[in-house]
Amino acid sequence: MRDNQWLDRDAGPVVRPYALTGGRTRPTGESFDLLALVASNDLNSIDDVLLEPEYLEVMRQCRQPKPVADLASDLDLPLGVVRILLSDMRERGLVTIRPPARTRLTDPQVLKDVADALRRL
Amino acid sequence: MPSAGSDPDLDAATPVSIKILIAGGFGAGKTTLVSSVSEIKPLRTEEVLSEPSVLVDALDGVEQKTTTTVAMDFGRITVRDDLVVYLFGTPGQHRFWFMWDELALGALGAVVMADTRRLADSFPSVDYFERRGLPFVVAVNCFDGAKRFQPEAVRTALDLNPDVPIVLCDARQRSSSRDVLVTLVEYAIRLISDSEVMAPR
Repeated sequence: MRDNQWLDRDAGPVVRPYALTGGRTRPTGESFDLLALVASNDLNSIDDVLLEPEYLEVMRQCRQPKPVADLASDLDLPLGVVRILLSDMRERGLVTIRPPARTRLTDPQVLKDVADALRRL
Repeated sequence: MPSAGSDPDLDAATPVSIKILIAGGFGAGKTTLVSSVSEIKPLRTEEVLSEPSVLVDALDGVEQKTTTTVAMDFGRITVRDDLVVYLFGTPGQHRFWFMWDELALGALGAVVMADTRRLADSFPSVDYFERRGLPFVVAVNCFDGAKRFQPEAVRTALDLNPDVPIVLCDARQRSSSRDVLVTLVEYAIRLISDSEVMAPR
């Protein structure tokens, strides 16, 4: 989705993205993986008129859980900025960020499935 | 702060994500490999300030305008609804290595792309993955006109352990890039099985 960009290509690369984060360059709270899944929380109790437009866009994009890296790519914002937005949103109870499912990553059967599927590409 | 409590519905819907890093020197074919084998998306990573201020939460240095947008190759291969392989092309320049640790966390393994005309460019990647103990394969990208090397000559030149797979590939070819990934996954399976044999629980 490129129809809701907050930056134009001519913008200087530093100041504007981090203006979205109040100038901070570090997220707060528990850190999360690039493949952590972001899911919007139920918004019924939140007055969305009061939310920043970029928060609303994240909420919209994450109705289905979406990995952080996919979200940053779809928002066309740098990962560092997206991390800060997400940590703020988590603090405000707007999104839930879950670690990626890795429990089966060391399961040889899962990896064999991956190898077989790749061979069929 | 809301805790990341367990939600059974979400758990069931959580796909297994496999992360594979694609490393190597500048121009070794990382982007080519990621785009030939996966659905590639642009991913901007950091807006980096001048080096001394990278880790400082301040805007000192903005006036110097020594800023860079780091773009990273990012690809996904949807193997099944519940199984997705993510490829991350690691940024080549040393000053972005602070990002590698985060990328490497939880990764299944890595592909080190090597260009035989500039083998030394792959040293830092090989070093990094050896030190981290992350499984990796070396993919020798056979460019048109580049002298063909025997894999064993590459092994010697890179001082690789005997068990590290070396694959000759043409990163432009989907099937060839795919074979590189398959080699890596099979290697990871071998390492897991070996470690289970050595350390039975």
